[in-house]
Amino acid sequence: MLAATVRVAVDLDLAEECVQEAYAAALTTWARDGVPRSPAAWLTTTARNRALDARRRAAVLRSKLPLLVEPDMTPEIGSVFPDDRLRLVFTCCHPALAREAQVGLTLRLVCGMTTAEVSRAFLVGEATMAARVTRAKKKIAVARIPYRVPQAHELPDRLDAVLTVVHLLFTTGHTAPGGADLVRADLVERALDLARMLAGLMPDEPEVRGLLGLLLLTDARRAARVDGAGDVVLLADQDRSRWDRAAIDEGAALVAEAMRGRRPGRFTRQAAIAAVHARAASWEETDWPRMVRHYDELLRQWPSPVVELNRAAAVAMAEGPAAGLVAADLIAGQEHLRRYHYLPALRADLLRRLGRLDEASRSYGEAIALVDNAAERRFLQRRLDAVLGQAGAEL
Amino acid sequence: MAKYAFLLYEDETVWLQATPEDWDTAMKVHGRFTEQVVEMGGTVLGGEALDPTTTATTVRRDVVTDGPFAETKEAFGGFYLIEARDLDHALAMAKVCPVGDGCVEVRPLMVIPEG
Repeated sequence: MLAATVRVAVDLDLAEECVQEAYAAALTTWARDGVPRSPAAWLTTTARNRALDARRRAAVLRSKLPLLVEPDMTPEIGSVFPDDRLRLVFTCCHPALAREAQVGLTLRLVCGMTTAEVSRAFLVGEATMAARVTRAKKKIAVARIPYRVPQAHELPDRLDAVLTVVHLLFTTGHTAPGGADLVRADLVERALDLARMLAGLMPDEPEVRGLLGLLLLTDARRAARVDGAGDVVLLADQDRSRWDRAAIDEGAALVAEAMRGRRPGRFTRQAAIAAVHARAASWEETDWPRMVRHYDELLRQWPSPVVELNRAAAVAMAEGPAAGLVAADLIAGQEHLRRYHYLPALRADLLRRLGRLDEASRSYGEAIALVDNAAERRFLQRRLDAVLGQAGAEL
Repeated sequence: MAKYAFLLYEDETVWLQATPEDWDTAMKVHGRFTEQVVEMGGTVLGGEALDPTTTATTVRRDVVTDGPFAETKEAFGGFYLIEARDLDHALAMAKVCPVGDGCVEVRPLMVIPEG
């Protein structure tokens, strides 16, 4: 509804105001005349008419400004509504906005979360988030960021920004950057809703299916990722019977379709990796050589230290911990990974499996010093205690 | 006669809180400046106010980012005044602007509120 209104209002603040007014008008009108046959359509039409009125007033006031309302603005809700949501997503995720602002705006305007909810989700003060969103809205208006779906030739770039925002939202919820719980379910659900919406609106884009597949396959493990005490259970140790089979089937089918595209993108490739895990009966029976091939391909498309780290973990399974350690040490000096606790955590695990317990305990210590999530910290601490116990027993 | 560009640097936070009277004063002093230039034998060939840096977008080798992002060793070397349909149109043109390894900061011109 906001999406449909903003197209008329042009200005996001005005659109939000008009939507509020429409709700207020509904209270009195519906009490008097009864609830209309299609309440959503009534609200959208009312909000859009308010926006049109406001814009006409503004246009008369500033007579030099042309009336920007598009000629096809007759309220045919059914046909224009999906397009409008897509426009809103592309506007919120415009590359001229900072990434945090893109995420904030998308949650605020596309998902309808309040500023307080968005700020809690990202562990920043409400005032900070409000300022971020206000500044972004102002930039959209003043710099004239257009409210439209990009043309075909611009789409690859622009779509990547949209998918990145949805993926970032998902990963923030999947492993919360801080706080007591490992998973923040509300963010995960919003990300899944957004990915589904995009897949519905852009059925011809394989990478959108790839992203939805990735989220479904990853989230399918949710119930098995923590034990009764809220402690982390690694993929290797998860009870795979608790994985959500329906989500896995849906995700795997999406990946298969997306992989048929000309050149699978990075989200599709990551989804293919998740599908290999989903198909395996156990950690040991996973097709690790195939996993390493997927990671090699992913690195070519998307060179990133985090991908290299995951590749090192796959190499360790395919070729043994010594080979994995060589791969991990190749990336150890990288500035990007200096504060990334998964690197010392992986090294610690490989050193432990090689029986180099002193080095392993030092690496666990480094990982614990860097980790912020309480559930993850408890997991690393348990591993460290076990290694220290083992080392003590061997003396 | 030679041509010069005057690049005005100010604390922009002051303008974010400006009242209509402040704008009025600004218009007057800039009007007076234009007269002074003529009195002093020069000519004002053109001039514009820019919207604040919070509305800036930087294009560097095809990559678009929010904000003004010149590196310290990069100096303001020239400018184009471009008319475009919207920011996307302007950014598409900024991508073909010959600036080598440097960057183009795209900033909307200020629409002075009518008094």
